[in-house]
Amino acid sequence: MSVQTTDYSISEIRSPAAFVASRVFIYGALLFWAFICLFPIYWTITTSFKSAVDVTQGHLIPFIDFQPDWKGWRSLGLSPDSIFQISTVRDEFLKRFMNSVITSVGASSLAIVIGSLAAYGLVRYRYKFAWFKNEDISFFFLSQLILPPVVLALPFLVLYREVGLLDTRIGLILLYTLMVLPIVIWIMRDQFNSIPVELEEAALVDGLSIWGAFFRIVMPIALPGMVAAFILAMVLCWNEYFFAALLTSTDAKTIPVMVASQTGSQGINWWAMAALATAAIAPLAVIGIALERYLIMGMTAGSVK
Amino acid sequence: MAEQTSTANAWPSNPAGLIPAGRKRLGWGLLGVATLGLLAIIVVQILYKTEMSTVGFDTWRPVVYAYILWGIALGAWQVLTRGEEGQRALFLLPALLFTIAMVIFPTLFGFYIALTDWNLSSFSGRKFNGLDNFWQMLGDPYYRNALLNMVFYVLAVLVEYVIAFGLALLLNAQIRARKFFRVVFLLPLMLSPVAVSWMVGKSLMEYRFGPAATLARYLGWENPAFFSDPITARISIMILDAWTFIPFMMIMLLAGLQAMSREVLEAARVDGATAWQTFWQVTFPLMLPVSVTAVILRIIFKLKLADIIITVTSGGPGGATDSVSSFIYREYRDRSNVGYGTMLAMAYLVIIVVFVTWLLKFASRFVRNVN
Repeated sequence: MSVQTTDYSISEIRSPAAFVASRVFIYGALLFWAFICLFPIYWTITTSFKSAVDVTQGHLIPFIDFQPDWKGWRSLGLSPDSIFQISTVRDEFLKRFMNSVITSVGASSLAIVIGSLAAYGLVRYRYKFAWFKNEDISFFFLSQLILPPVVLALPFLVLYREVGLLDTRIGLILLYTLMVLPIVIWIMRDQFNSIPVELEEAALVDGLSIWGAFFRIVMPIALPGMVAAFILAMVLCWNEYFFAALLTSTDAKTIPVMVASQTGSQGINWWAMAALATAAIAPLAVIGIALERYLIMGMTAGSVK
Repeated sequence: MAEQTSTANAWPSNPAGLIPAGRKRLGWGLLGVATLGLLAIIVVQILYKTEMSTVGFDTWRPVVYAYILWGIALGAWQVLTRGEEGQRALFLLPALLFTIAMVIFPTLFGFYIALTDWNLSSFSGRKFNGLDNFWQMLGDPYYRNALLNMVFYVLAVLVEYVIAFGLALLLNAQIRARKFFRVVFLLPLMLSPVAVSWMVGKSLMEYRFGPAATLARYLGWENPAFFSDPITARISIMILDAWTFIPFMMIMLLAGLQAMSREVLEAARVDGATAWQTFWQVTFPLMLPVSVTAVILRIIFKLKLADIIITVTSGGPGGATDSVSSFIYREYRDRSNVGYGTMLAMAYLVIIVVFVTWLLKFASRFVRNVN
């Protein structure tokens, strides 16, 4: 999505006073909402450096209101003075963190591979399986989006136990792939639709096979779309809680489950929780800021012609 | 989405006559062997599990492997017997086989579980009890309450839509630092709902010294308990959920606004329309298709709402904030009631499918009338 400079509003000015008023209103509203978006994040990050007294007295600004301290991060084993010491909490945290990384990257990759292939097929060729045509197959894939996790959760719990996939990362990867597949197909269909079919026709004339044309010609063009779909899928998988809470217990537990289990306990250490929450959201916040363009591209696919 | 399929159809397809008979036989042979193998493993495993034979595997995992091998054989069969037609089918097959295995089978299995009396914590195991769960569900006030809550939660989408539209208009106005504001407004969507429920629900809105509670006291609300009486608790949950998901609609609406042609807006202004008139008579009607897409997608996501409720209130006080998903989650987690929980989930699935189908029909008529 490109940012267009809109010069039409300048000519709308009726008087200088009205112009100033509208500017004040617009920037006021923007800053107000920016505050609403940022304050919880700011609060969490600063709280991870507070001691109990600073929390209860509602101190907000570091160095002026309170003296920051590595307290929260020390309890996670991630502060400068404890990073080289042995810490069971840190080991636990890193294990959960790696589980989250592996499941979300694994599921997103798998979904991108099979989803892109399916989307390409659906856009370019006409299928007929029994009485199912392209539209029906597309609808079948996209309708999975409606399926609430709670419907699949219990059957999967039983099935996974029978198959021996309960509390494994592979089990989670398969489920997450299923969860993001409709979204990937939705985005990639839009991508492939925007590629002119003449490119592939030329490739076929030059002697490439269908699959050769797909890998050598279409894939490179559709790569930005794939990145967009991948990142959106990553975000959804990383934040997923419901399946992870039901289907994992010790080995494959992910970060959200760890965060949730900590909040459940009474007498929470605020600084420790804040540090944990910060660590849990940091990777995605960074991705969101750095790759915002792709995220927006993924989210707006197909909605605007 | 425009279909380009018809143009692609013009490509010459490989006439079936060019494929040698031997290759076809190989394909059929391969598929036959794979199918027999899959069936054989399933039968062996069923016999073993029902203790009618002593040969078998501890878990059903070999059946999964057999299914994967069968899928590969199916692909090979397509290519061997149908040539280029088969190669085309190969694009679709992995996703299709995957989704069918992951959805159809568990859902059917789910319908069976729904008809059983099965409590994981009791020793009696699973036994078929027909429609008992269904009758129990009809008389369950908590489930009805959860369904009613879902109606409120879905209606809250309209408020979210208004805010998201306002934000999209702000971002589309002529402003400096647009990219900064866009990134900041997008951030809440990135954050895991579980972390958000601690950050906002459990610390910012904390009764004693959360900043939100302090602010509420300052503004004159003497007893700012966000999660203790039913209505306030519901609204708090809605606010939490809205905070994370408003950016989603905002981004879609913003894309719609940026795709709108400038000429129409110019024309409206030349005709002397005020900003207010321009919005209601030009911008809003033109944005209707995008708006409908955004709202429907948001409703679909809203129907899955669970994480925040599970982690912040666990459905409390007294089930007042329960969504259907969080209620079923606790039915399973706390009471291990698999049979009954699955019946609730299946009933919810039927309700959702009917509702969303109606919604899509309604929306398509609505959008067409305007255009």
